[in-house]
Amino acid sequence: MAKTTAKTSSSKKVTPKTNKEELLEYYRSMLLIRRFEEKAGQLYGMGQIAGFCHLYIGQEAVVTGCRAAMQEGDQMITGYRDHAHMLACGMESRGIMAELTGRAGGLSRGKGGSMHMFSTEKHFYGGHGIVGAQVSLGAGLGFANKYLDNGSVSLAFFGDGASNQGQVYETFNMAKLWDLPVVFVIENNQYAMGTSVERSSAETELYKRGSSFEIEGIQVDGMNVLEVRDAAAKAIKHARDGKGPMILEMKTYRYRGHSMSDPAKYRSRDEVTKTRSERDPIDAVRAQLFDKGWADEASLKQMDKEIKEIVKDAADFSLESPEPHPDELWTDVLLPVEG
Amino acid sequence: MAIDIQMPALSPTMEEGTLSKWLVKEGDTVVSGDILAEIETDKATMEVESIDEGVVGKILIAAGTDGVKVGAVILQLLEDGESASDLGKPAAAAPTAAAPETKAAAAEISAPSTATVMNDPSIPTNIKMVETTVRDALRDAMAEEMRRDETVFVMGEEVAEYQGAYKVTRELLQEFGERRVIDTPITEHGFAGIGCGAAMGGLRPIVEFMTWNFAMQAIDHIINSAAKTLYMSGGQMRCPIVFRGPNGAASRVGAQHSHDYGSWYANVPGLKVVAPYDAADAKGLLKAAIRDPNPVVFLEHELMYGETFDVPDMDDFIIPIGKAKVRREGTDITLVSHSRMVGRCLEAAEILAAEGISAEVIDLRTLRPLDTDTVIESVKKTNRIVCAEEGWGQSGVGAEVAARVVAEAFDYLDAPPERVFQADVPLPYAANLEALSLPGTKDVIAAAKRALHVD
Repeated sequence: MAKTTAKTSSSKKVTPKTNKEELLEYYRSMLLIRRFEEKAGQLYGMGQIAGFCHLYIGQEAVVTGCRAAMQEGDQMITGYRDHAHMLACGMESRGIMAELTGRAGGLSRGKGGSMHMFSTEKHFYGGHGIVGAQVSLGAGLGFANKYLDNGSVSLAFFGDGASNQGQVYETFNMAKLWDLPVVFVIENNQYAMGTSVERSSAETELYKRGSSFEIEGIQVDGMNVLEVRDAAAKAIKHARDGKGPMILEMKTYRYRGHSMSDPAKYRSRDEVTKTRSERDPIDAVRAQLFDKGWADEASLKQMDKEIKEIVKDAADFSLESPEPHPDELWTDVLLPVEG
Repeated sequence: MAIDIQMPALSPTMEEGTLSKWLVKEGDTVVSGDILAEIETDKATMEVESIDEGVVGKILIAAGTDGVKVGAVILQLLEDGESASDLGKPAAAAPTAAAPETKAAAAEISAPSTATVMNDPSIPTNIKMVETTVRDALRDAMAEEMRRDETVFVMGEEVAEYQGAYKVTRELLQEFGERRVIDTPITEHGFAGIGCGAAMGGLRPIVEFMTWNFAMQAIDHIINSAAKTLYMSGGQMRCPIVFRGPNGAASRVGAQHSHDYGSWYANVPGLKVVAPYDAADAKGLLKAAIRDPNPVVFLEHELMYGETFDVPDMDDFIIPIGKAKVRREGTDITLVSHSRMVGRCLEAAEILAAEGISAEVIDLRTLRPLDTDTVIESVKKTNRIVCAEEGWGQSGVGAEVAARVVAEAFDYLDAPPERVFQADVPLPYAANLEALSLPGTKDVIAAAKRALHVD
């Protein structure tokens, strides 16, 4: 059983239920994220993507599992490691990649970059570059949901690094005080840039961070998409039922550096290799699909081929799309006043 | 010797109040801690406690008296062995709490003549005017917009049950309820972020900062979350939010509570920044700010809250953001300012007029976007300019206005632009040092005379 701060909890280990269609979909979703990120890394290496670029490789189960537990209308908001969240929300891979290359076809028409994309249509609220800001913004989305009584829940994703920001606790306090429909998803990939949780945090079990605010927290194996989904479903229901926020600490791992310029000297290659070989979220689902007889080598190979096509198409689009028109410099600073 | 109990100051800016109720009568014995009376200011009703022991000898101010000056003797307390017949005249009233600069200005000249104040172009000439304080004008603006639009709400510290730290949100809770008038914990960074998120989620928040000094804790959200998101999202993500509260120096509250942030926020594209002077502008501009689809920083002035002005009695009185106002026409020199400093410029213009100098007074009203055209038009006529503000000079609003005038109307200038601003030090507490730090009417007059080369 996952660790929890709940005062009463069942001690029985529940094996998550799933079926063929569902599991194949999660596999596909995670694989798309991985292939997309690999391609982004490649384009960065070729000098086509500039600035900061934070890859999600290794953490795919977190956003995929959470998305699976969300309903239409529920919102997602995150920090700058955001490409995967957009893909999970169903935003166009072409538009995301073209934003990374800074082209007119990008989701923010080239004006946001890797860290700043949004889609009101897909209920994705960014893409924020200031560590921790998305937590209070996400609670604000929850505030709007409650105010408008629209039945939606907002999911605010942040890392172990952001979990040490002061505004996170200001937000925890108000979110519980007002029982806002928000779920706090801590993606604990164990390193805030180059500083490990042990070196940065007095309390390293981050799911306990809501204890002072009476917010229940659950520690989840963030490399297991089904456990992520079930924990998210529980937290989302809790929020939707008017009981306020919950904290989900997703224990996960990023295989790549913090950003493209990170040589990752703060951890050993063995640590990365070991995690990758023993806990990889995609390999785990793959094995499960084989075990259940829901897929074979050939069918998954075919799926991989299709995904690679999607990603190649996105990359081609992102390189063919023109740079933004110079006039774009001056647009979208202010909206015109109506009336 | 009887003890004189004086009208107390209940806040740093209180100058007078209403003695609403006596809780003791002549002949009563009181001990330290007994409540003597209730006093009402425009912000609050407070109880006056006795700190002395004795018998109430004489009540000098009747219950219900308005406009009792701070320092006036309201009651005389008899000590042991004294009787009412021992009472003499009370000692002279203590000095008021007003800053020396204010007093000096008030002594020199009368209030600015309203006859020379031009009507705002957007106000029809036949409209009835209602005398309103800036505080109530701001409240009325919020109440009207909350009635009009269900998505408008106000949040901040003490805005609901306490009725606002400066009573700007008075009675909003009673009318709109706790869903729309929300007391926050003391947590500026957090509630500014929640406000921005709520705006992105489809609401129109009014976030009150008890003062703008505390918004430094929240400035990341004002700039990074509110101002930049529309641009970074290629026009998709809106953040229609108003951040408002008192800005700049109040009175004797020290450096950390006296910062003028006008030029800070005016520096940021993606924001609109408003700093009104009178009640009509406060109301019309705040209504415009609430309806604006963009984030608006609304800088009020604590010392203006209690000032009364004419406000047009109109159903939907809106002043467009981004338009300066010529408050007094003149031909010899242009005085440009915003917020409370406009009053100082109007006073200066009055004094200069007595010396035969005709000054035009421009109230910027909005600091971003800055209405350069109105200023340039004026300078083309007067050929001289003084830019006055209460904040510091370096990279200040006046520096920006002067730079634009030099760039765009250089050939019209007969003298270098003059600037008036706060001394380049953190604002001191001591009354004399504070008065030396803050610019006033005489500084505007001196700057005007420098530009005009007259003594």
